[in-house]
Amino acid sequence: MQSYFDELATFLTSKLVGDEFATINFSAEDSDFIRLNHSKVRQGGHVAQKAMSFDLILGARHAGGGVTLTGNAGEDRARLSELLSDLREQLPSLPEDPHLLYATEVNSTEQCGENRLPDAADALTSIREAGEGRDLVGIYAAGGIHRGFANSAGQRNWFSSYSFNFDWSFYLQADKAVKNGYAGFAWDQEAFSGKVESAAAQLEVLARQPKTIEPGRYRVYLAPAAASDYVGIIAWGGYGLKDRRTKQTVLIKMAEEDARLHPGLTIAENTADGVAPNFQGSGFIKPESVTLIDGGKLADPLINPRSAKEYDVPTNGAGSWEMPESLDIGAGNIPESEILQRLDTGVYINNVWYLNFSDRPACRITGMTRFACFWVENGEIVAPLNVMRFDETIYRALGENLIGLTAEREMILDPETYDARATGSARVPGLLVEDFNFNL
Amino acid sequence: MRESFRECAPAAADSWSFRMVSERNEVIQVRQDILQPVVTSRDTGVMVSVTKDGGAGYAATSDLSKEGLRAAAARAMEWAERTRDASVLDFSKIAQTPPVGEFAPPVEKPWASTSLSEKIDVARAECARLKTDDRIVDWSTSLWHVGLEQLLVTSGDGEAHQRYEVLIPDLSVTANEGSETLSRSAELARQGGLEVLDRVGFSTLAPKLSEEVLQLLAAPNCPTGTMDVLLDPTQMYLQIHESIGHPLELDRILGDERNYAGTSFVTPDMFGSYRYGSDLLNISFDPALSGEFASYSFDDDGTAAEKQFIIRNGILQRALGGAISQSRSGQPGVSCSRASSWNRPPIDRMANLNLEPGDSSFDEMVASIEDGVYMAQNNSWSIDDSRNKFQFGCEYGRRIRNGELAEVVKKPNYKGISATFWRNLKKVGNRESFQLLGTPYCGKGEPGQAVRVGHATPACVFADVDVFGGE
Repeated sequence: MQSYFDELATFLTSKLVGDEFATINFSAEDSDFIRLNHSKVRQGGHVAQKAMSFDLILGARHAGGGVTLTGNAGEDRARLSELLSDLREQLPSLPEDPHLLYATEVNSTEQCGENRLPDAADALTSIREAGEGRDLVGIYAAGGIHRGFANSAGQRNWFSSYSFNFDWSFYLQADKAVKNGYAGFAWDQEAFSGKVESAAAQLEVLARQPKTIEPGRYRVYLAPAAASDYVGIIAWGGYGLKDRRTKQTVLIKMAEEDARLHPGLTIAENTADGVAPNFQGSGFIKPESVTLIDGGKLADPLINPRSAKEYDVPTNGAGSWEMPESLDIGAGNIPESEILQRLDTGVYINNVWYLNFSDRPACRITGMTRFACFWVENGEIVAPLNVMRFDETIYRALGENLIGLTAEREMILDPETYDARATGSARVPGLLVEDFNFNL
Repeated sequence: MRESFRECAPAAADSWSFRMVSERNEVIQVRQDILQPVVTSRDTGVMVSVTKDGGAGYAATSDLSKEGLRAAAARAMEWAERTRDASVLDFSKIAQTPPVGEFAPPVEKPWASTSLSEKIDVARAECARLKTDDRIVDWSTSLWHVGLEQLLVTSGDGEAHQRYEVLIPDLSVTANEGSETLSRSAELARQGGLEVLDRVGFSTLAPKLSEEVLQLLAAPNCPTGTMDVLLDPTQMYLQIHESIGHPLELDRILGDERNYAGTSFVTPDMFGSYRYGSDLLNISFDPALSGEFASYSFDDDGTAAEKQFIIRNGILQRALGGAISQSRSGQPGVSCSRASSWNRPPIDRMANLNLEPGDSSFDEMVASIEDGVYMAQNNSWSIDDSRNKFQFGCEYGRRIRNGELAEVVKKPNYKGISATFWRNLKKVGNRESFQLLGTPYCGKGEPGQAVRVGHATPACVFADVDVFGGE
């Protein structure tokens, strides 16, 4: 795949004339998808897709386009030539772009993953065995993911990864279920079996009479998956320079009023320890880490090249949406083994669902509890919880009411598959929070 | 391609289909009066689906050569074999009538009928009208055009050819004072070409949005309490989508979505008798409403599309489920088995799901409210995995007192329970407030799929709603 990308990029740049410059992006995947319900297959199949996009630049004018690739060199060269011709025709009708910025210093990189994936039939066999006698529902996605960047200055960046992500639930009845995930690069049957047995054990607790709590404020423990979602939504308009300069950031109280979160909270875009490409679409290389919140205080923004040019600051390699891809929340000092004891009486939240801002400037986030959430009394799980809606600002939940973070963290590989399989990740501890607001 | 598909069809399959999707996307965006990068993309590929001995499989490829199609067909057959004794249903029992027909709605002003410069000028002109005050800190307009062609060729001599354009005009304006930042926006998705701009009044929106965002900066928070709400169509579409559309999708009821998008509070025994809403509630699945965002003649499994009532006079009639889900559940459904593109398999989706107009004028609805809030333009949406406990927020609100619109209020939010909310529907607007709306971002499925959905609705009044504002 890498050589094919390189061949097409070289072909395209060879067609440039005069002072034309091109930045080129390549994306491909070769994925098996097995969708399951009631421990049986609902849909099984394979998706092979590859596409190339490029920005044709002449001075401060530029036009962008993309095409699907077929894998046939002759056909793909013809498609790229036609697109190049169209973009060349467009250029005179476009004004100069004052915010155009692209890498001109050549920084070639290569991250090549090794394919150690199981055969799809073997994976399906393991999954069906895990589902025997149980109600298993979920998705197994596996295969190669490839990304490339090239420009006409000769820069080449390549990323390839061969991963699987089995995102599944065991259902007991109605909405009572245990959610789990098993993701990685090589299938370890022992590790998978451990997760299956752990989930099955939680099912036994879910069989108890569920408890419904009244709306109000409760001490809660947000386990890593729930913490990842609650903190993760801040990325939706929270960390980008454009959002900060146009006062649209959901962290505006931190930016404008120096509001602080808990001093034990540090959040970073940690590219070095993530599983995403270390380059972005205009050819800039991402730093190993960008600290976004440092000890509860707003720190550096994510800056894509357009924002860098618009606001006259250096870029730090952010993508167009200025969102972290490799979220890293620093660990705390509460041993996970002590969480139930420290929670004492309250709600143990394994998963949350459908989060959104109900007041963006206040960074108030609403959402639902989901899957295996439990009512805890005197440090012991006593009953599964019927779903509750929460609506709480980060200034309370991650500030004055944050009791602490766990010492252990979980690495969560993003199972999202819209358009293509994601390469994002989050390394997250659990959060113990006082007076968390449930409103419905 | 028709001949290639037929030539490359796997002879050993019990049934097969080749579904080709070709899209051309172009986005013109102007932000703060500066043209953003214009991007044009073309995407073409094919999904081959087969059934064999009760199993089913698919393979998607962008290689449209005969070798590529044959390889995809062979891979789909492998999956059918692999899932033969492991599937949730016996696919050999699905009886599908081969589709025959076309869908090519007339386009008055095709996107290609004007130059790129002219279209940029349209977006630029409206963008410039948004910046009316120093407190406006960001403003933008965009025109997102998609030209689509879908060709479905199936065993049994089936062939459905559908071609259409969609246009999504968008405006957004944001104002700030201190640490308070508020926005007004409009996203007006329709099927059609540039004539959509006239139909949605694109050139009339900028002054209104700018004025309203400044009003919001000076406005008090929406009050807290239980009161009547008058929901504008720009909020109604979301209310319909989340608390009627999704819970009635048959694949959710069958459990397919339990690991991701969720299940449903609706159970199969409810169809035909369950009171979903008041007598005023009439919901239709209408794939033939001209200009609505998700109109078509055939779904992606090849079932012919026709209008059906989903809820009539408040009583639940049928589900949103395509041929496969209908077969699995024994429930009547509609032709709504849809895929986001060639690289995803069809699943049950809303298409055009509409609330039929009633007989109340907008003024009559306002006059009927003693103490309440008018809310417009959704900006926050959240609902539980059974599609029951919801909380929605809007950009713009106005108090209603003694039958008259009063002061503007900011951050209007409300929450409720789907199963009871619609029973409090007490007024349904007539055609005066009826609008064709929609969104390109309905997300669901594993693997994930974002599809276009349309919702046409008038404004409506609901009684005894739990309303609140910002911090």
